[in-house]
Amino acid sequence: MSSKNKQKAQEAQRVQKTPKTHTKSSISVYMKRYWQLYALLALPMIYLVVFKYAPMIYIQIAFKKYSIVQSVWEMPLAKNHGFEYFIQAFKSKDFLLALRNTLMLNLLDLIAGFPAPIIFALILNELCFSRFKKVVQTIAYMPHFLSWIIIYSLALQLLAPTDGFINMLITAAGGTAIPFLNDAAHWVGTYVGFGVWQNFGWGSIVYLAAIAGINPELYEAASVDGAGRFKKMWHITLPCIRPTIVVLLIMNLGNIIGGGFDRPFAFQNNLVMQVADVIATYVYRVGIKGLQFSLTTAVGLFQSVVGVFFLLMANWLSRKMGERGIW
Amino acid sequence: MKIKSRSAVVGDWVFVVICILVSVICVVPMLNLLAKSLSGTEYLVRNEVYLLPKGFNFDAYKTVLSDMKYIRAFFWTVFLTIVCTLVSLLMTILCAYPLIYPNLKGRGFINVFITITMFFNAGTIPNYLLMKNLGLLDNPLVLIVPSCLSVYNMIIMRSFFYGIPDSLRESAEIDGASFIQILVKIYIPLSKPVLATLALFYAVGRWNGYSDALLYMKNTVFYPLQLLLYNIINNINSVEVATQEGFSSPGLSASLKAAIVMFSTVPILCIYPWLQKYFIHGVTLGAVKE
Repeated sequence: MSSKNKQKAQEAQRVQKTPKTHTKSSISVYMKRYWQLYALLALPMIYLVVFKYAPMIYIQIAFKKYSIVQSVWEMPLAKNHGFEYFIQAFKSKDFLLALRNTLMLNLLDLIAGFPAPIIFALILNELCFSRFKKVVQTIAYMPHFLSWIIIYSLALQLLAPTDGFINMLITAAGGTAIPFLNDAAHWVGTYVGFGVWQNFGWGSIVYLAAIAGINPELYEAASVDGAGRFKKMWHITLPCIRPTIVVLLIMNLGNIIGGGFDRPFAFQNNLVMQVADVIATYVYRVGIKGLQFSLTTAVGLFQSVVGVFFLLMANWLSRKMGERGIW
Repeated sequence: MKIKSRSAVVGDWVFVVICILVSVICVVPMLNLLAKSLSGTEYLVRNEVYLLPKGFNFDAYKTVLSDMKYIRAFFWTVFLTIVCTLVSLLMTILCAYPLIYPNLKGRGFINVFITITMFFNAGTIPNYLLMKNLGLLDNPLVLIVPSCLSVYNMIIMRSFFYGIPDSLRESAEIDGASFIQILVKIYIPLSKPVLATLALFYAVGRWNGYSDALLYMKNTVFYPLQLLLYNIINNINSVEVATQEGFSSPGLSASLKAAIVMFSTVPILCIYPWLQKYFIHGVTLGAVKE
């Protein structure tokens, strides 16, 4: 088709289309075209309403006296204007311990676990054999794909007092076995250590991508000026990936009171509960197993609200520091 | 080529050595486990097995593979993982695709509606009560439906869709294609890499997850492999487990435990290296904000 014909055809089309949009009401025209998108969205939206928003109805249990025979709306308000269970939680030694442990373990995770991927990415970036680099990366990503149950069983095989690999080496060398998993202080070290082990490789992916985006001319210019390897790392690589570091730091800070269930639950044992019981496992133990629904709903609500507060604070802080926030 | 100074070359090798050490730290626990699973009991009892098996045999694996309890849990988990992955991918596409149209009315509201669920969670007990009232407790569907959309993965998908040039879909629109046709004919074929990544994320999440089964399942028949593993490692043989699963021992032999752990890890370990180039891209997309 010649270009002239094409133009003509397009013009004809436009002429045909334009009047339509003006005559019909705009909403029905819009829906005629866009209903499919809303139809596609329907299922995910129903999912969110049912499984993410509907549970919020039950949050009121935190303020009410739970009873199995009544519906949530009928349950009577708890004492102290409904705040009975919050007061009870903050008077309970177990909860305060779980709160302390949550903050402590998350903070230690942050201190040990946050810099590890950055350092690993910097090291990988210095490797000049690309084949070797790829193999190292593949191996380093492996722990991320293991479940916490598997990681705990690896830890058991490695660190058990008598038949663990490390303690076998220590006793063979004439030392005394270290109670990595049975003593509170050692357990914390083990827990944090395996956290780093699981995440340092996976966490480095984002930083490697950020490093790959740095303009190579910067490095060339620095070389000409006589900068060595570490000078370049300090003065070019780190400043260039600073935004990535800050965003990830915010997300981690915002999560300081959160934290999953799988990892602490897999790792804890009766001998170390005074450091291993975190809010998630406390709620499971006291709520699901102990059936104290009101108390543990209150604890969960406290955790969620404080979590959101931390996240907002961290975001605000990063904006103050002149970095972009996460939203 | 530029000639490097001697100190630079030494530096290169220092980094190589560091990387080798790091790799060893990653691999040693697995090697130790593998060695134990292949060793004879007498060597294990005497604490003589380090990184190489002694008294090499496959007895532990034979025991695992001849025990219906493990085989059934394995295939149940495989089935569960496949179904979850497919359902989740579908939900993710359904949620991500419409949101890339700037003219979609209510798009801002929907985005906020979705984002809120990322930051605020109702909590364990409200979720539990919901499952109870929906009749999902002890129902195998509880392992599939409640976790069938991850907002985080949806954002990765959406970022990828944004990366597909608008001109492609605009020209299709001019040709009279409907939105669903555009999705099926243009977006999905172009999204194979990100679909592979998200499939991996969902599959790993389901394969490794156990907390939902722990919370919502009392019937051990539907226990996924990981929860079965948890009970085995912790020698949990409470009355109900003992009667339903026929647990025999306070503590299975060390080689058998090791073999069970290997057995439930190997599928994921066989898959992930092949998808490396995809998931690296996927993680990077997730970190880029809109």
